[in-house]
Amino acid sequence: MTSEFILGHLNYWLFIVLMMIGFYIVVARGNYIKKIVGLNVFQVSVFMFYISIGKVEGGTAPIFPLDMNIDPDVVYSNPLPHVLILTAIVVGIATTSLGLALIVRIREEFGTIEEDEILEIESKLQAKENSAEGPSMGGRA
Amino acid sequence: MAGSTILPTLGIIDQLPLLTIAVPLVAGPLCVLFGNKHIAWVLAFVASLISFLFSAHMLLQVLDGDVLSYHLGGWAPPLGIEYRVDAANAFVLFLISGISTVILPYARKSVEHEIKKVSHTLFYCCYLLCFTGLLGVVVTGDAFNVFVFLEISSLSTYVLIAMGAERDRRALTSAYDYLILGTIGATFFVIGIGFLYIATGTLNMADLAVRLAGMEGNRTVQAGFAFIVVGMGLKAAIYPLHLWLPSAYTYASSVVTVFLAATATKAAIYVLLRFMFSVFQPEFVFETHILTFIIMPLAILAMFAASLIAAFQTDLKRLLAYSSVAQVGYMILGIGLATKISLSATIIHLFNHGITKAVLFMVVGAFVMQKGSSFAKNLNGLGKQMPWTCAAFVIGGLSLIGVPGTAGFISKWLLIDAALEEDLWWLALLIVMSSLLAVVYVWKIVEVLYMKQPEEGSVIGEVSISMLIPMWILTIACIYFGLNTELTLTSANVAADGLLGGGAQ
Repeated sequence: MTSEFILGHLNYWLFIVLMMIGFYIVVARGNYIKKIVGLNVFQVSVFMFYISIGKVEGGTAPIFPLDMNIDPDVVYSNPLPHVLILTAIVVGIATTSLGLALIVRIREEFGTIEEDEILEIESKLQAKENSAEGPSMGGRA
Repeated sequence: MAGSTILPTLGIIDQLPLLTIAVPLVAGPLCVLFGNKHIAWVLAFVASLISFLFSAHMLLQVLDGDVLSYHLGGWAPPLGIEYRVDAANAFVLFLISGISTVILPYARKSVEHEIKKVSHTLFYCCYLLCFTGLLGVVVTGDAFNVFVFLEISSLSTYVLIAMGAERDRRALTSAYDYLILGTIGATFFVIGIGFLYIATGTLNMADLAVRLAGMEGNRTVQAGFAFIVVGMGLKAAIYPLHLWLPSAYTYASSVVTVFLAATATKAAIYVLLRFMFSVFQPEFVFETHILTFIIMPLAILAMFAASLIAAFQTDLKRLLAYSSVAQVGYMILGIGLATKISLSATIIHLFNHGITKAVLFMVVGAFVMQKGSSFAKNLNGLGKQMPWTCAAFVIGGLSLIGVPGTAGFISKWLLIDAALEEDLWWLALLIVMSSLLAVVYVWKIVEVLYMKQPEEGSVIGEVSISMLIPMWILTIACIYFGLNTELTLTSANVAADGLLGGGAQ
């Protein structure tokens, strides 16, 4: 692995590191808000990935001059990935706000937003159901 | 491009691919603007019916192998977004819009019973958005557009599931779990699309297929494939990725469960089919390996493990949810075999299982309405008190097992046929054996309904006629598509042909 390989793919390395950090937070943290934060980091890493692949070396902003006299020597960056990711950013905002709204409702109903405490409440509910309706297999999983 | 024709003057018929999704998309916000739950229901039903008629019309148009291509905003593909309808997606559109149209009359009573009054309008709005999203995922020929519609349907699905909190607060946590897993799945899908875009510079599926030919050794393309399969696998609930499904189906309100069980996983399976067989070529070595050594074993595992777990459930809703995971196994098995017959089997099972599961969950919804519970213990002897509902359950159950004369038989027969054609007799045997597990859990419920004595002094009547009629329309469809297979078999065969051969043209 040469240094050229590492430096030449810098944007990909950053993308992967950021993605794994986000993923780890989602999996390892029990607090529901922290999970949403992790999910955001995870999504942002993908935004960064898309934005970086649109960049053309030496390219300028992909805006044609008003008089449409386009100089063939000017290199433009690729605007398509940027446009795509605008959509994904909007989706990300919607997901975050919906997730937070759900957390508010969960807090109202369960009185906590810690996963282990909620699991405890749910397993109690499950045990109550099992004693009333007969044992069943599998809980939340 | 061959098969796509641009007519100089676009009449309403040529706009059908767009109108099918535009009508429910506009109707959704209109529900909120009117702010009246009766108007909202009428809007939802009319929009759904219009979509259904359009889908049926498109299905008839493409049954001879034609492809309808609609260029959004008049921008020609591959630069512009293209809606591309062939037999495969017309058939899935037909299923989704048909199921939605049939269950909306049922929904009216059930929603009144299970969801609090102030949310009714919003319920129908979310329902329409979810419906739009699912149709959009299926109709579009643009890879990134799939993601956008996928998120429209997913976000509204989370809301719909969370509305079940009225009956059980665990609906909220299962909606939250699904939100986390669903978002990870969708993001994986976008990463996969990004890799394909890096490798090919295009997002149009037909164009992708052309440019991907001969790129099978490309590591970027392989990684993209893996991301897409895992991301969509989460949405389709392929066995080890199914964890969100049982709780979500159990705690969502009955109508939502009926709708999701019959359509949501089916749309995801369709996307998998589309990517595996017409965007990527099935001849790619890495893909063949994934299909044989990962997808097929997982499918067999799903068929047995999920059926076994289902047999040990006391809650009818959770039982049927695990059964759904098992049935997704059969569809995935057809994908894994990757022959023409097996793909037909997948597509036809997608349809048959859609209507079968809709019937079964509708019956459970009726039990919840009359008995207030979906636990087997509370359903003792209901066969006498709710004869029509329970009879629908028996027929749906038979179709789930795959008894001759019902829709479920046709798809299992085709799947066994596909296994035997490849000389995999052990696989055919496994399919039959796993069906026996379905006998176990269906019989368990039938026994409760018919053999046990009802509780003393309980007076339970039949549900209202507006719920029985939709239930029985689908029950009769279960039998009809088991006896008359012309529509389903032709569609599935043409669709499989189109997926295997026509994608690149």
